[in-house]
Order: sequence, then structure tokens, then C-alpha cells
Amino acid sequence: MSTRLAKQGRLIDRSKQVTFTFNGTTMRGFEGDTLASALLANDQMMMGRSFKYHRPRGVVASGAEEPNALVGLGEGARFEPNQRATTTELFDGLKAASQNHWPNLDFDIGAVNTYLSRFLPAGFYYKMFIHPAPFWKHVYEPIIRRSAGLGKAPDRELVDADTYEHFHVHTDVLVIGGGVAGLQAAKVAASSGARVLLIEQTAHWGGRAPVDGGTIDGLSPDEWVSRTLAELEAMDNVTLRARTMGAGVYDHGYALGYERVADHTPGVPGPRHRLWRIRAKQIVSATGAIERPLSFAGNDVPGVMLAGAMRDYVVNWGVTPGQRVVVATNNDDAYRTAIILKQAGVDVLRILDARKEGGGALADEARGLGIRVDPGKAIAKVKGGKRVKKISICNQDGVGGAREEVEADAVAMSGGWSPVVHMWSHCGGKLIWDRANAHFRPDPDRPPLGADGKGFVVAAGSANGPLALDQVMADADAAGKAAAKAAGFAAKRTKAPEGAAMAENAMEAVWLMPANAEVQLRMKSWLDFQNDVKVSDVQLAAREGYESVEHTKRYTTLGMATDQGKLSNINGLAILADALNADIPQVGTTTFRPPYTPISMGAIGGEARGEVFQPVRKTPIYDWSNANGADWEPVGQWRRPFAYVRPGESVHDAVNREVKNTRENLGLLDASTLGKLIVKGPDAGKFLDMLYTNMMSTLKPGKCRYGLMCSENGFLIDDGVVARIDEDTFLCHTTTGGAERIHGHMEEWLQTEWWDWKVYVANVTEQYAQIAVVGPKARKVLEKLNAKAGGGMDLSAEALPFMEWRDGRIGEFDARAYRISFSGELSYEIAVPASQGLAFWEALVDAGKEFGVMPYGTETLHILRAEKGFIMIGDETDGTVIPQDLGLGWAISKKKDDYLGKRAQERSHMADRDRWKLVGLETVDGSVLPDGAYAVGEGVNANGQRNMIGRVTSTYYSANLGRGIAMGLIQHGPDRMGEIVEFPGTDGKTYKAKIVDPVFYDKEGAKQNV
Amino acid sequence: MLILHCPYCGVDADETELAAGGEAHLKRFGPGSSDDELHGYLFTRENPKGVHLERWRHASGCGKWFHAARCTATLEVFGTYKAQVSGPPQEIRDAISAKRPGWSWREFS
Repeated sequence: MSTRLAKQGRLIDRSKQVTFTFNGTTMRGFEGDTLASALLANDQMMMGRSFKYHRPRGVVASGAEEPNALVGLGEGARFEPNQRATTTELFDGLKAASQNHWPNLDFDIGAVNTYLSRFLPAGFYYKMFIHPAPFWKHVYEPIIRRSAGLGKAPDRELVDADTYEHFHVHTDVLVIGGGVAGLQAAKVAASSGARVLLIEQTAHWGGRAPVDGGTIDGLSPDEWVSRTLAELEAMDNVTLRARTMGAGVYDHGYALGYERVADHTPGVPGPRHRLWRIRAKQIVSATGAIERPLSFAGNDVPGVMLAGAMRDYVVNWGVTPGQRVVVATNNDDAYRTAIILKQAGVDVLRILDARKEGGGALADEARGLGIRVDPGKAIAKVKGGKRVKKISICNQDGVGGAREEVEADAVAMSGGWSPVVHMWSHCGGKLIWDRANAHFRPDPDRPPLGADGKGFVVAAGSANGPLALDQVMADADAAGKAAAKAAGFAAKRTKAPEGAAMAENAMEAVWLMPANAEVQLRMKSWLDFQNDVKVSDVQLAAREGYESVEHTKRYTTLGMATDQGKLSNINGLAILADALNADIPQVGTTTFRPPYTPISMGAIGGEARGEVFQPVRKTPIYDWSNANGADWEPVGQWRRPFAYVRPGESVHDAVNREVKNTRENLGLLDASTLGKLIVKGPDAGKFLDMLYTNMMSTLKPGKCRYGLMCSENGFLIDDGVVARIDEDTFLCHTTTGGAERIHGHMEEWLQTEWWDWKVYVANVTEQYAQIAVVGPKARKVLEKLNAKAGGGMDLSAEALPFMEWRDGRIGEFDARAYRISFSGELSYEIAVPASQGLAFWEALVDAGKEFGVMPYGTETLHILRAEKGFIMIGDETDGTVIPQDLGLGWAISKKKDDYLGKRAQERSHMADRDRWKLVGLETVDGSVLPDGAYAVGEGVNANGQRNMIGRVTSTYYSANLGRGIAMGLIQHGPDRMGEIVEFPGTDGKTYKAKIVDPVFYDKEGAKQNV
Repeated sequence: MLILHCPYCGVDADETELAAGGEAHLKRFGPGSSDDELHGYLFTRENPKGVHLERWRHASGCGKWFHAARCTATLEVFGTYKAQVSGPPQEIRDAISAKRPGWSWREFS
């Protein structure tokens, strides 16, 4: 059993007891415990089940590399799945639940998969779910969806109760990792005067050194860490942050830090996580090393643990994972675990050292304590279901025969240590294979490069390869100095601290235990614990022809779990290399991608949620509309009223009322969101001739012209009315969503192609409120305002004809009135300074009462324009439509040599007479066509689908006409007037519509020109 | 997250302030050009592993378009220069040559 020891536990405070629950059972731990150490103290070795076979899983590591001990944490609005028990600090009231099982952790139906594992080898999904085709939709997909996913998603109805924030930080040197190497690198870098930011992912400084022992400058690691920490804290140019993980290193010295501010104090005011967005001149990667598991049969049984982790549990938290422990190793370091366990009073049955020569000084010490050391021996198999029961022992150089069995309840394994090279590799740092230590380490000649072409990451300590304390301290000192120098500072010429540890014999690479294990053993030798990938799976992939490590990863899912292969990658690719008869460096590693461990979506979002997720643009009339029934519709970043709904009305009722009233009486539209761009300069006319398809330079001051803009590919991108203000000045109206885009489009051509043309562009969209006064009584209401003020602009048909504009006074307001119409009615669009917008609107509403004034929204705007056959950018266009498709040939100048898109519109496909063209559509029964429906013609295509001959682009119910009206693009449409076309709907019904002229209302245009 | 120096306002701009604008120094082909010329202008782009000349806009800064010469493989930036040129100026070519002797990109080297 695993239990709390009477002594030890440098990180726990035994005077402060903490209560928590696991799967509903109340348990006790101490302040300073992790959830994993507290569960072990309560003899809860089994913490979850694996993904594919639902095998029982216990904790295997003690830190960020843990693949097994994932739990659902918290409840309700604070529930979060897949939290690692090893990195979860215990607090009073913590609630955790294990994952991946049903009905419960002990008894799980899905575990039947483990007995089917012979039939679920690598690539099973790809092979199995192909045939027969109809099975995918009805059988395979529903089953896979139900069993897919790790953990439980939070309740979709609940909103995360916590807040998050971003920090933006610039520093000279960023040191990632607060172990002894990181502390030393930070100290020497800071001594140069450079600004240093040191971050550490756990709550504690010093890393592994205090557990592993040795001395630094004659002090115990703990004493040296306290002293160095005090020195760093006293320096003004140093910032220290614990609980802050280096998540990723990106281009040109950008790095992300992930600070878990309040995971251990939930509910305390303030952010839960903080994302540090760091720009550093130099980054020191002092991220340490991770121990590798050994691949023997049953290495996934709860109770089998990394030797270093077992040592951590004893020294840091005063917990022993077992009472009768077997140690299996290929290096000297694991002897430290045996020694520490023995000193803590735990029975260490054997040290199985795969090396024939065995260990060095540490082995002597172990023997001296009475521990039996067996060189050249290996674990053939671990037996037990939910807990280690028996170990069968064999020779390492055999196939696993001639076994001896011992009863044990825990195994400490060590396959050697691999540097954590993630921060080095994220941005392109390359690795070299270190044969002596059997690991990949940073290649100092090929670091990730900054903007200046020089390396910007320096690896320090065991993250750089060295594992012995003396080498680690010297390496970290050099790294700190190198980083300071590269950042433009001169580090003091100080001596590196002297580390001292016991001499170690060389390790020996062991990729399979025993070396020639028979297939029954390989099928139980796990590489990836979370995703259930075994030695036999990787070997199968190699036999089936997978040579690339990246392909093998995806075929077998090795290293694709949430731990991203921190334990499994090196072992897996060594097996692959062996199966391919290739060298390990030849096979190479998979790509290291950020983040190092998963970071919360909340931290990525930061403050950008709710109202501040995206700014909402509001016109000066927004508040009035909000108080008068506006049903809001987002249009780009703007909010526009869809309709003004009166009490007791449906939105549909409101639209029908507005549509009729605008045609019969008087409507008001807040058109302030329309883009307004001033184009000014001696070459403004020439410039607009290039931007619009029609001629703008011939427009006379005082007049307006409707224009189309195309991209250089020929496609229609925007439209609007241009007014010439004076000889040098034009005001170009764009669509609501197009103002910024078209402004950018103009700037791009002016700056990068016609940079010698004398033209300025300014976006004045928000400087004006623009109100469309629309309907037969439009002139009357404006003249009433003038009469009240005792004079003003002459708004008669003679003084201000259709498609002209005037500046002047209307009522009490400075106004610019445009006689333009998007409705086909008598219409004035009147721009006033934005500050007067609301007052002008209210004056119109007040004066308009006797004329039956009603404000109208965007839906009425759409219906009125569709009744008139006017196109709408984004409805009739979708980025593949040219003006010629829309019957807009009249707006394309034949006189101009050039305009943007002209040449592209001559391409053969653009000039093809089979292109779909704009027509009106009238349903035979008067109903409304479904939006986006396709028209079908004769025959079927190569996929057996009916041939398509067109589609609906706009469709509405017209209250004025009492029927559905629509516009669409139909092949040869204008030549097929009167024909009936079929539109199958997604509702199973087929709609029939007649091809008609797109102008449904007032074909002569008499109403707008009065 | 590149950092590029804006040659107009002098800011070392973070990529979040910038908008990428594709390949630099395209020659526009309009009416009267052949189908091949138009096709090349609209669609054919360099995609080198190595030296590349690009357009960027300091969109959330001074708003100016500029050019950058950089290495797509190592992210090294050889220099940035103003947009009102139809090829990289001599000092930019020299800066590239110093780091990548023998380089060439379209008609430039």
C-alpha cells in the first residue's frame, strides 16, 4: 500500500491539515501536498483509466510530464477536465473525480477493450471503419462519437466563473525554469545589469536538486537555493514568478508564460490565470530533464512509477508509494531512489540493473545499506490488475524466460533522462543525439535565430544535456553569461559555483526489457500510457511500411495524447529505429510544438470576453433606437436595427408595417454606418477612374453617380454613390461593412502602385450622422423643418434634382442633402455632423408625426431594394461574381482604357456566355423561396447529383406586392424569361419559380424622380 | 511573431501591428497584356525556402506599406525599405549578399 511516512516531506506542513474529496470520498492531506501526493497518502494509487483500453492507471510521474493521473476538478461553473493531479496543489475543499470510466473507477464496462486489444492494433480505426460505406454514418460514427474525448466537457449552459488577464512584458533576458540551473543563470545574467525575468512552473524554487542531493559551493542544495533566491529578490532588475510555466517560444524572442495565479485558491478575487506575453532579447531554457520509463511487460500497472518521481514523493511529501519495492534501472541515478526508500524504512527487495557491470559508488552505498543488487537482470513482467502484485525477473539479454518471481507492491523504473528541449525546439532550434546519455540535446551550433540571424535561446543545465550537479552548475553559469552578453550586457567575471555529487558509472541504452522480449511481452509493454500505444504497435507500423516518425506517430497515436509524448517519444522512436534497422538520429524526433503543457482557453482569451470581446460601434441614434423597439442585427462591428418592433407585434409584423408605410407615407432610416471616404487631390478623378468601373472624372461638382468597384481579379467588391464636392474632392460612399476595407484598398494602390499621384484619402464615416428620409412625404417633412426655422435649403425637384447634392441648412441643422434612393421612393439622404445626429433625427420624428412617419430597419431596407431589383454586396455577390453577371454593364465605362479588374474580366471564363446571370424569381404559388436554394436542371453530374443551373441570392416576403419575391443567378437567365425553374429545398419540398425581370415595383422609376 | 522595423515611423513593430501583403515588386499587367502575363501577375508567386521579398503594412501603426527582405527558413530579417521602389535598393541587396552570398530572387540578385 501507499502511505504517509512518519517523517520527511520538505514541502508539506504537517500542522495544517486539508480535507478534500476524490470520487465523493473524503480524504485528508497537508498544506503543500499535490493532489497526487495526497491521494497516495490515502492509498489511492489508481487514479484513472487509459483512453483506448480503459486499463487501470496509477500516477507514474510527479510533475508536468504525468500522462495518467488526469482528473476532473471542481464543480459547476468552475469544473475543468483533464487536470494533472501531479501539478494540482491541494487546498481545503478540493473536489476531484477520476475520468474515462463507466460506471465507476473500480468497475468499468469499457475495460472489455483490453481483452479485445489483439483486435485493436495500430491503425485499427483506419482499417476497420472503411467498409461498408453506409456503416460509417449509422453505426461507426455514433459509437466513436460516444466514446471519443478525454474527460467530460464542462456544462455548456454554464459560464466560466473565473476571470483571466494578459500581461505584456519586455525584458532583456527571460530565464525559463527555477531549478538550480535557472537560478544561477538568472543571477549571473542579472549581475550584468540586464533586466531578468525568471519563471518557474511549480510553486517551489530549486527544482530536483534538493531531492537528488550533493552540494553547491559546500552548501546543501536547499541552503544554496535560499541564499541565491534572497540575492535575486534583492536586485531591482530581477522579476521572479513561481507558478508560471514557460508555455512556448516563438519568432524573434517572443515567449508565452502561463501563470496559475489562483488555481490553489479558487474563488479568491482576481484573475485565475495570467498569460504573460513576453518579448525577450535572450531566452535561457533551464527546463531540466525528464526521466524515461523502461519498456517491460506490465509497465502500466498502477504502482509502477518513475524512480525519480518515487524519490520526490518520499522526500518532498513524505509519502511512500509502496511497502515492498523493486527498482529497475539502466543507470546509477535510480540507486538514489532505492537508498532514500530504504532510509525511510521501506523494504527495497531488489535493484535490477540491466547493465552487466552494474553501478558505481551509489551501488556500493546501496549494498552497504543491505539492498540486493542484481546486475544484468531485468523485469520480464509485472503482474497485477489494479495494483502491482508480483514481479517476474529474468536476464536482460534474453527473451524473458527462466523467470523468478517476487511479491512486491511497487516498481521504481528508470530508463535514463532526456533534456526538456521544448523551449529550444519550438522556434527551430536543432538537436543532436548524445550517445553516452542516449538522449537528444540542443545542438549549440544550431539555435533558433532572431531577426539579426543570431541565436536567441541558450540552454542551461540538464536542459542542455549535463546531468551531474558539477557540470550542471558550470553549464548554467556559462549560459547566463552568454545570454547577458548576447543581450548587450557584460556579465561580471565571477567564478561558477562548484557543484559536487557522487561519481556515476555510464548508463546503458535499454529500449526493451528484456532485450529480445518475446511478442507476448511486447504486447504488454507500454510506450504511451495515456493513448495505449505499445511496443508491438510501433513494430507493426514499421512492418506495414511506416518509416517517417511523423507518420508513425499519427498511425499509432504515439505521443498524441495530452502529455504530447513527454515520456513516450524517445522510447517510441528508439523502437521504430530498431525495427527499421536505422540509427536513432536518422529517424529523428517529431516536432515540438507549444504549449509545453495545455494552457487554459480562459488564459488565451484573457480579458476579451463579454462586452470587451469585440468593440461594438454605435451610431449617434443608437440609444434612441434601443429605446424604441430596435431588434438589433450585427453588421460588421456595427449594430443596426433589423426592425423597430412595437408592443404586441412580431418582428415579421413590424417589417411588413415598415415596408408599406415607407412606400405610402414616410420612413426614416439611420444610414450613418455607410462608409464615407474623402478622396482629394489634383489626381483624385484619375484615381477614381481606376478604382471604379465607370467614369468618375467627368462627374460635375454638385452631382452624384452610382459606382462599382472590382478587385484586380475582376470580381465585384463594393458599390456606392460618389458625390463630387469640388474640382479636387470626391466623397465616396461604401457599404456598411466596406468602409475600412475599401479605405485600405485605396491606400494600398496609392502607396504601392501610383505613389506619384497626388491624392489623399480620409475615412470620415464617423464624422457624420446620415439619415435617409424616404417616401412620398419626404419633401414635406423637410420643408416643414425649414418653415419652422424660417428658411433653409431649397429642396424642390428643380433646385435639387435626382442624383444631385447640396450643402446648406435644413431646419436648425447644417446639412448636406443627397437626392439618392436605394428604395425607389422620393428620398433624401441627409448628412449632419455626428454631434447633431440625434437632435436631427428627433426633429424629423417630431415633425413627421402628421405625415405618418415611422423609422425602419435593415430588413425593410433590403425588401425595398429587392422590390426595385437593386443588388446588395454580399447577397448578389460572393467574391465570384462580376458586374456583367448582374446586368450592370451600363455601369462599366466603354471609354476607359483601364480600371482595376478590366483585364481580368476579359478572361475566357469571365466572358463565358454560360455564366449564371441575375434575374427576378416569382414563385408560382406566391410563397417565399428558401434563401440560398439551388436551381436544378436536366441530368446528373459525375457524382450522381442533379446538375445545378443557378441559385437564389435574395428572397423576401413583399408586403407591398403581397407575395414572395426573389433574385437569383441563373444560367442564361435573361434569355429564359417566363420559364419555370425548380428549387429543391432542404425541407424536402421542391419550389417552382418563374424567371422574371428583377424589377418588381415601379419599373419606370417614376416614384423616385418627383 | 516577427518584429519588423517600419521605415516610415521608425518603430520596431510587433507582428500584431502588421498586416502581411504577399510578394513584393509585382509588375501590374492591365488591358493589352497577354493571358500568360496576366496569369503570372495575378496568380504566380514565389515560395522560396530562403531569401524572400515581401510587402507588409504597418496597419495598426502609421498605416504605411513597406517592404521586408527576410529569410523564410530562419526568420532572419536582412532589412526593410519603403514601398515606392520597383526593386530592392542597393543597400538591401548588399545586406542580403553579406549573409546569403550568391542569392537570387526573381530578376534580383
